[in-house]
Amino acid sequence: MTEVLPPAAIFIIGGLLVPLIKGKWKSAYMLLIPVVGFINLINIPEGTHWVVEFMEYDLIFGKVDRLSLLFGYIFHLISFIAILYAIHVKDDVQNVAGLVYAGSALGVVFAGDLFSFFVFWEMLTVASIFLIWARRTKAAQGAGYRYLLVHAAGGLCLLAGIVLYVNQTGSIEFGYIGLNGLATLLIFLGFGLNCAWPLLHPWLTDAYPEATITGTVFLSAFTTKCAVYALARAFPGTEALIWIGAIMTAFPIFYAVIENNLRRVLSYSLINQVGFMVCGIGIGTQMAINGAVSHAVNDILFKALLFMSMGAVMYRNNNKINCTALGGLYRTMPLTCICCIIGAASISAVPLFSGFVSKSMVMSAAADGHMQIIWFILLFASVGVLEHAGIKIPFFAFFGHDSGLRPKEAPLHMLLAMGIAAFFCIFNGSFPSYLYSLLPYPVEYVPYTVPHVVGQTQLIFFAALAFILLTLSGMSPAEMRAVNVDADWFYRKGSGLFYRVMDISMNGLTRVADRVIVGELTGSICRISQRWPEVLCLGIMIPLWSITGVKGKELEGKIERTRVALQTHTSPIGISAAIATIFLVLIYLLM
Amino acid sequence: MKPENSEDKKYFFDKPASMKILAWSFLLSLVLLLALEFFIHKHTYFPSEEWPEFYCVFAFVGFVALVLSAKYILRPLVKRREDYYD
Repeated sequence: MTEVLPPAAIFIIGGLLVPLIKGKWKSAYMLLIPVVGFINLINIPEGTHWVVEFMEYDLIFGKVDRLSLLFGYIFHLISFIAILYAIHVKDDVQNVAGLVYAGSALGVVFAGDLFSFFVFWEMLTVASIFLIWARRTKAAQGAGYRYLLVHAAGGLCLLAGIVLYVNQTGSIEFGYIGLNGLATLLIFLGFGLNCAWPLLHPWLTDAYPEATITGTVFLSAFTTKCAVYALARAFPGTEALIWIGAIMTAFPIFYAVIENNLRRVLSYSLINQVGFMVCGIGIGTQMAINGAVSHAVNDILFKALLFMSMGAVMYRNNNKINCTALGGLYRTMPLTCICCIIGAASISAVPLFSGFVSKSMVMSAAADGHMQIIWFILLFASVGVLEHAGIKIPFFAFFGHDSGLRPKEAPLHMLLAMGIAAFFCIFNGSFPSYLYSLLPYPVEYVPYTVPHVVGQTQLIFFAALAFILLTLSGMSPAEMRAVNVDADWFYRKGSGLFYRVMDISMNGLTRVADRVIVGELTGSICRISQRWPEVLCLGIMIPLWSITGVKGKELEGKIERTRVALQTHTSPIGISAAIATIFLVLIYLLM
Repeated sequence: MKPENSEDKKYFFDKPASMKILAWSFLLSLVLLLALEFFIHKHTYFPSEEWPEFYCVFAFVGFVALVLSAKYILRPLVKRREDYYD
């Protein structure tokens, strides 16, 4: 094991060294990292590697099996594509963050124990936040903070679950966990937050559209797919996931219909696609897991492709990304347009494109399990995908009304990056056997049967017909500049209420404390502590003096001197010691 | 900035002739797909899949229902001014 390194190390250490390299070499160096990483990866044999002993536990940085390897391959490929796409970016914050983020994702995927898994999981959040903040707008800053807070809460939930789980089982091995009891539920929810489950999802649709043009490409690939991996590893066959996944596929499509920001449409679409994967993991059969994992691979590619094409549109149109501001760009950005259409065809599961060979596996698994309602929800969601990602994205950006914008075609490196992603979208769709051969379980599923191809083509063409008729009749919802409130309303508006409640309760408490403790209690203690030594001392001394015959003026003089000495703390040491002793004796007697 | 006269350049979808070809080929494909249904042997999982033209009808109705419910139900509920959160 001397000649290969943990995959995460190459990206994280390589990423941190980026600022040291200047000029032209920087681009080459950054592109080299995923290439070197990939060569390293294919030389790692399956099994358990890099076991480090840490406080009675074994940390495992290389749990290499078919499931983690496939995620490893796709993470390397998408890193290369995203770095190529971002090669013009001079901002080292983004360059370092992107590579460390990718490295953390690899760390998560190859982690064999819960401790190192958790550390890499949190690094995902920390690294990705810089891809959002690097946009350096007020909106990005706000969205970034919300993203950080939500993920911190999710991370704590996961940590609590892990601590309880390790306490119960005595093992930190990361493998099948299964849903039983509080510990596993907390872990389950922690994964679910990163997976953008319904109601836990708004961090995604809030933050991804606010990230930098190139940052969103990285973001779309890693966080949610790491969560899909974690669920596939720890919770396959958990029934709750079937329903969670089905709801994930169905609810975002309604939002996507009325959303104006095209990158936000894609963010909703991302949740919708992850829903198919979560549903597959919940079904848990070999075909369903194969479907979920292969769909994760394909989604990483086509979603990145769609985000890249929208990023190129933003890059060339002064950051315009709203439907209302765009339109007719096919005239001057034809290659970007073609790439976007390939991405749209892939996500819509058009035959010969990648979505066709993976999404259908999840649906067939649902049908094999006689889950009729789930199957219908997934089919409806597939129609929804056609609406927002298949048609809306390319139509409003590149066709539709002519916005009058005549931007230049996307720069060469962006076109190359999009071209590579587009190639794999078509390759995986047209020659699925290569992808299938890498899946965790043997594949018996045959995607290209006549009824499947015809049925899916009918679905696509008649959805397109519905779109055309709705548009021609003016019944499609008009694109408008607006905010659509989602579950994040609770903390974005609720935070104001929280602030006021905290203001009244906490500041009220402070005021009361100020009045009672600072204003009155402290003064009283001070007075008492001055008065009591006097009373004690004089209570003993006056009778003593009287007995020894001190009278009149002399007695008054002694009393006065003692009082002054005690008030100014200048009493002779003997007296202080005597008072302290009396005080202690009193306390002893009273206790 | 491009010179003025480039604005007059006719692009593919600006030409009525090419739109006509597209529209006709789309219609032809629809008819073909409707007809194909009767020449293939479906393996179905659920009885409803066996209904004639199931996928065509499902896609059309599903699409219209989705768009209209988003427009008339969801949008009135969730739409706010762009500066709502500011």
